[in-house]
Order: sequence, then C-alpha cells, then structure tokens
Amino acid sequence: MSAPFLYGSAGLILFGLGLWSLLAHAPLLRKLIAFNIMGSGVFHIFIALAERGARPPDPVPHALVLTGIVVAVSATALALALGQRLEEPDDDTGI
Amino acid sequence: MDSQHFSVPPRWSAWLLVLPLVALTLWLLWIFHVALAQSPDERLAERALAALPESGVTNPVTAVLLNYRGYDTLLELAVLLAAFLGVWALGEAPRGFAPAGPALRGMIAAVVPLALTVGGYLLWVGGHAPGGAFQAGAVLAAGGVLLHLGGDPRAGLPAPDTQRALATLGVAVFTLVGVATLAFGRGFLTYPVAGAKGLILLIESAATLAIAVILVAVYVGGHPVERER
Repeated sequence: MSAPFLYGSAGLILFGLGLWSLLAHAPLLRKLIAFNIMGSGVFHIFIALAERGARPPDPVPHALVLTGIVVAVSATALALALGQRLEEPDDDTGI
Repeated sequence: MDSQHFSVPPRWSAWLLVLPLVALTLWLLWIFHVALAQSPDERLAERALAALPESGVTNPVTAVLLNYRGYDTLLELAVLLAAFLGVWALGEAPRGFAPAGPALRGMIAAVVPLALTVGGYLLWVGGHAPGGAFQAGAVLAAGGVLLHLGGDPRAGLPAPDTQRALATLGVAVFTLVGVATLAFGRGFLTYPVAGAKGLILLIESAATLAIAVILVAVYVGGHPVERER
C-alpha cells in the first residue's frame, strides 16, 4: 500500500460514487454536483499517476490538472446558468 | 434551481445500478493497482526536466504550461472565454445578495486585500515554485466572490465593457505573442531562450487578470444589469 495507490484509489471511489449519483438522481443540480465529483476523482488519479517510481513527479499531469480545475469550474458555471434558464417560465414565446 | 426537486429520492430502479457500479469500481481499482506496480518505461518528465534550463523558468509545471504546451494553455483560456460569453449570452445576472452584516463585512475588509496580495505573490512565484496564472487568478476570483456575497452586485468588477476587454486579454496577449514569435521565424509560441522569462511573465500577467475576471463574472451569473440605486 503506497501513498499514490491510496490517493488514486480515493479518486477511483469518488469517480464511482459520482457516476452512481449522476445516473440515479433526476435533478439537474444533483447531476452537476455528481459530475464535478467524478471530475475530482479523475484529477486525483492523474496526480497519483504522476508520482510513479522514486523519481521526481511528472510535471505534465500536474499542469493538465491545474488548468483542468479552472476549466471545470467555469464549465460548471455555464451549466448552472443554462439550468437556471431552463427553469425560468417561457416569457418570450411568440416573438 | 428548485430546492424542492433537489431532495427527490432516486427511483427504486436506480438501486439496481449499485452492483454493476461497485464491480466497475473494483475492476478499475485492480487496473490502477497493476498500472502503479509497473514502472513506466518512458515518461515525458525526463524530457520536461532536461529542457528546463531553456524554458525561462525553473518551476517544471509552469514550463509545461506556458512553454512546452503553450498551445494547450491558450486553448484552455479560450474555453474559459467561451464559458464567460455563454453565461453572458444567457441573459441578465440574477439579483445580488443583501448587504452583509457587520461580521461578514469585517471579514471581507480583511480577506479581500489579503487575496489581492496572495494573488500577486502567486503570479510572481510561479516562475520558480508552485504558483502561476491559474492559482493567482483563482485566489483573486475568491476575493471577488466574497465581495459579491457581501452585497456588491458587481462583485468588485469594473464596467461591463472593461470586463469584456479584460476577459479577452488572456487569449489576446497569448495569441499576439504566438504570432510575434511566428513573425520572427521561430514557430507559433516558440520563445527565444533569452526572452522566454519576460514573455512567460507577460502572458501569465494577462492570463491572471483574464482568469480572475472570468471566474468572478460567471459567478455573478449573467450579463450585468445597470440598476441605478
């Protein structure tokens, strides 16, 4: 049991839990939270894989996860804005 | 989003998914365990670390982000810009929050200047230690989010036109640097070794501002409304 394995396994379990919640729950907001949890799991796995071997950690996955986090936040904001518009009453029909 | 929908329990058929998903997770765990045990034969890390003296920075993550894979980071900034434009295109921002009470106001007065300082520090330190545009932008944006929670409808952002200009700044400066290196016959985003540090710092500064503005603007959640109050 090494630290990368524990860390990556936590990521995999987060991924599994998020996948279940994404499929099982109907409300859009819950699906969105579940999707973010899945994404965090993938980031965990990626960072754990960067740590393989006794050498210095691989900077490439670190860079990808770093930008990935910020991109995930902004994509979530866009999805929330879309969801909000979906639930608004249709006020511009017939124009 | 409707809070009444939120607590709807899943249908009974959803529980049938549990067993296959547990099996999938266990299978993936086993694959991950095997993959970790194998020593990787060739990683990008060796090449990334070997080229570090030519990259203009000493932090390998920043070198990957802004030098070796500059193209990638440029497109990620473009994704951020697209999300920002999407949120603005969806309509006006919802009403902000009520003005904060004294405790939150006091906290905001202490934390927002700290966020600005830490953001500036993270931007500079990215050259040689963990830090850089994305972290700095996120910390600055946290300050903006706090201001919004404290009742500022604009979350500390400038006028809408300035916001638009700042949000495009990251992609614009990045692309201009790429075109300039192209014009000097070096290829898109292939920096000269001597000027690499300056160019990276220029791009990182523009990207920090753009990331911070975009993150706060998407948190505000729509095109700003000019309410005279």
